[in-house]
Amino acid sequence: MNLLIMNIPLNITGTIHDWINSIMPQTAANITEWVLIAVAYLALFAVAGLYLVLLERKVAAWFQLRLGPNRVGPWGLFQTMADALKLVSKELTSNDRIDKFLYNLAPYFVIVTSLTAMAVFPYSEQFQGFDINIGVFFLFAISSIGVIGILVAGWSSNNKFALIGAMRSGLQTISYELSVGLSILTMVLLSGSLQLSEIVEVQRTGGWLIWQGHIPAIIAFMIFMIAGTAETNRAPFDLVEAESELGAGFHTEYSGMKFAYFFLAEFINMFIIASIAVVLFFGAWLSPFGITEGITWFPEVLWFLIKVLLIIFLMMWFRWTFPRLRVDQLLTLEWKYLLPLNLVNLLLMAIVIWLNWTI
Amino acid sequence: MTNQEVKNKIKTEEYFINMGPQHPAAHGVLRLLLTIDGEIIKNVEPDLGYIHRSIEKMCERDSYQQIVHLTDRMDYLSSNINNEAVCLTVEKALELEVSDRVKVIRTIISELTRLASHQLWWGVMGMDLGALTTYFYAFRDREMINDIFEETCGARLTMNYNIPGGLMFDIHPNFVQRTKDFITHFKTKLPEYDRLLTGNVIFEKRTKGVGILTKEDAISFGVSGPVARGSGFASDVRKHHPYSAYDRVDFKEILFTEGDTYSRYQVRMAEMWESMSIIEQLIDNIPEGAIQETTKAVIKLPKGEFYQRVETARGELGVYINSDGNKNPYRVKFRSPGFSNLSVLNHISKGVKIADLVATMASFDFVIPDIDR
Amino acid sequence: MLNQKIMKNEDLQNIINGFGTDLEFSTEASEFLNVVVPKEQLHSVCSQLKSNPDLKFNYAFCITGMDWGKELGVIYHLESTELKHQLVVKVMTDDRENPTLDSVHDIWQTADFHELEVYDFFGIKFNNHPKLRRLFLTPDWDGFPLRKDYVDEANMIVK
Repeated sequence: MNLLIMNIPLNITGTIHDWINSIMPQTAANITEWVLIAVAYLALFAVAGLYLVLLERKVAAWFQLRLGPNRVGPWGLFQTMADALKLVSKELTSNDRIDKFLYNLAPYFVIVTSLTAMAVFPYSEQFQGFDINIGVFFLFAISSIGVIGILVAGWSSNNKFALIGAMRSGLQTISYELSVGLSILTMVLLSGSLQLSEIVEVQRTGGWLIWQGHIPAIIAFMIFMIAGTAETNRAPFDLVEAESELGAGFHTEYSGMKFAYFFLAEFINMFIIASIAVVLFFGAWLSPFGITEGITWFPEVLWFLIKVLLIIFLMMWFRWTFPRLRVDQLLTLEWKYLLPLNLVNLLLMAIVIWLNWTI
Repeated sequence: MTNQEVKNKIKTEEYFINMGPQHPAAHGVLRLLLTIDGEIIKNVEPDLGYIHRSIEKMCERDSYQQIVHLTDRMDYLSSNINNEAVCLTVEKALELEVSDRVKVIRTIISELTRLASHQLWWGVMGMDLGALTTYFYAFRDREMINDIFEETCGARLTMNYNIPGGLMFDIHPNFVQRTKDFITHFKTKLPEYDRLLTGNVIFEKRTKGVGILTKEDAISFGVSGPVARGSGFASDVRKHHPYSAYDRVDFKEILFTEGDTYSRYQVRMAEMWESMSIIEQLIDNIPEGAIQETTKAVIKLPKGEFYQRVETARGELGVYINSDGNKNPYRVKFRSPGFSNLSVLNHISKGVKIADLVATMASFDFVIPDIDR
Repeated sequence: MLNQKIMKNEDLQNIINGFGTDLEFSTEASEFLNVVVPKEQLHSVCSQLKSNPDLKFNYAFCITGMDWGKELGVIYHLESTELKHQLVVKVMTDDRENPTLDSVHDIWQTADFHELEVYDFFGIKFNNHPKLRRLFLTPDWDGFPLRKDYVDEANMIVK
């Protein structure tokens, strides 16, 4: 215990691992470590979710020439805590004609997929929960499961508006997954590996992938941002929850904690998309030009967070500026413009690599 | 299998959806019964009466000065213009000529009201289409106009500044300067707002070619105001049947011919520039004169029928007073612009998607109390 | 702002007189030329008002229901957008139990909604209207509020 408080060790995960192993037998130590990691991720999920909501409100207020929440805590820092407490204490109302099992199951789909996806990111050289050799593929597969949660929620609510919202969301997500996947694939071509820590390693030695891949990588980034925003059902692709048209979309019938799940999951999805962008294009926890190279975990985590927050700011900027697209325009954008562009870009990246024109 | 056979086998059913009367972005308590097939609308039937207050029946038992106070609850965003309509009708019946000062001040206040109403329309149109920030920018400018009104007329929304015979009191000493400051401020802001929505690709795709209204349909359905002018029907009452001081100012009547939502949007944006130009022409030379002409305390109109048309922010408002010589009118009819504009909604919404209906309704700028009276 | 080319009331009267029989014209107590049309001829007179190339009354800018004490009726304010003249057409019926008039919605489509309003408040039924229903009041409302003999202790405050 003294060791942890006195000086911040350079190798935190190693220290904790040794310590736990020294006080318990092997299996118990493993289980304790798993529980510890799970708790850490749940804490990260909760804190990130809450503070992203506050960030969104502050950024929105800044764009709209007003102040945003500033009463509860300094700069409104405890605002979402208060909101979360309110949501937890709310009555869970619902119809009596819903499909009870599916209605209760739906929020868990989105929560579980978001949490699982968060576990694979390299927040620092040591802080990576799950470093598998098919990292990117795993991420992609997991985020596709989230759609089921939305469809199930809309169907089981026994509400016409919710059903329309869920159907729209379903077709939107399925279409844009293609673009997300192809832009990720373009960068995997460049890095040569699906494992996330390998991708970061490639960027440490050769420079950030967006710099290495120049033109095709920049195009891939732009397509990824557009498709990623559409994946998370945010404006300008938020006709799923278009208040002007349908009430509240697929989560009309949810209240209290279950609504909080959907709500938080949307922000965590935004975090995930931003993290994927940061890992694949901007070198995860690497510092620009290697200025804090070697000093372990603290600046690395900081760099990761800064980059993610910048991309999240960009996504928030989109939301508060643009009007929303109509559903057929959305699909036209994907199938007639983004998908062909993506395929051509993939080819372009392959040619660039083959001819050794990367930087 | 042919297309038709496939459609017969996989039958989709039409179903009813209610939009409103309580709706996050309906423009008041309007209930639309939509019959839709998937996303395509087959029929739109408006159901009115949620805010019907029988103003016309109440006018039959009130005196002529009291009628004015009922009118600004009709189209509350152009309340000054509604008041002016009734006052002009009564003055026409009594053959009372108000002074030039009254006419000029009435015109300036009407144009300020029109600016405020169009600003609110712009904010709400952006909000309906998803650009949520426009609402805040629009209200910031509307607040400045409301402050000017509060100082001069005493109220921010239901002004009642016009009375039969003139104005209730003289303008505040600060009125001229504040209006000029506002115009200077707004001239820098309006190009900014234009850039935010007008050139935006997403906005254009949502509004161009959506909700097309032809000129013949506009005339036949009695559509007026910016909606009609977006379809090429020159219906501006200020130009064709001038009243107050409109015959001495120089302004253009904005006409576009495409008749879609985008042209209706452009008409209103251009009208804001024209309103500012009218105010600028009048604000520096308000003539001196009496604020009120003396009328009897109990006004009795001679026997007969009197009609006055004015141009509110939504279109042509007509006031028809049938008097039988008593101190209360025998029949008052308000020809509201929104009522006729709403009647064309079903005609132009067949076969479009729900999102298009929302965009079209935003461009029509309904105020439901105006329709329901 | 009189345009010299706008037709005078006498010329209008001469042309319209040929459209039907027993038409009463007057210009007193009103700024427009008034025509009272017998209710059987309403539809034919109105369609000629619109189609006649010298008249071309294509814009019905106000359609009002009216209760004259004994008769019920409708007042149409018409204007021509091209030729700029204006006209008022009145039609009335004595029958207060079951008043019916012809619908003119096929001539001026704005009449569709306005006739619904007249039916709602005065009880006048219109023949050939596509879907006559109460528009403002609830479907089970009793009575026709804007008639002069309407009594409603609960909702009306009579001074």
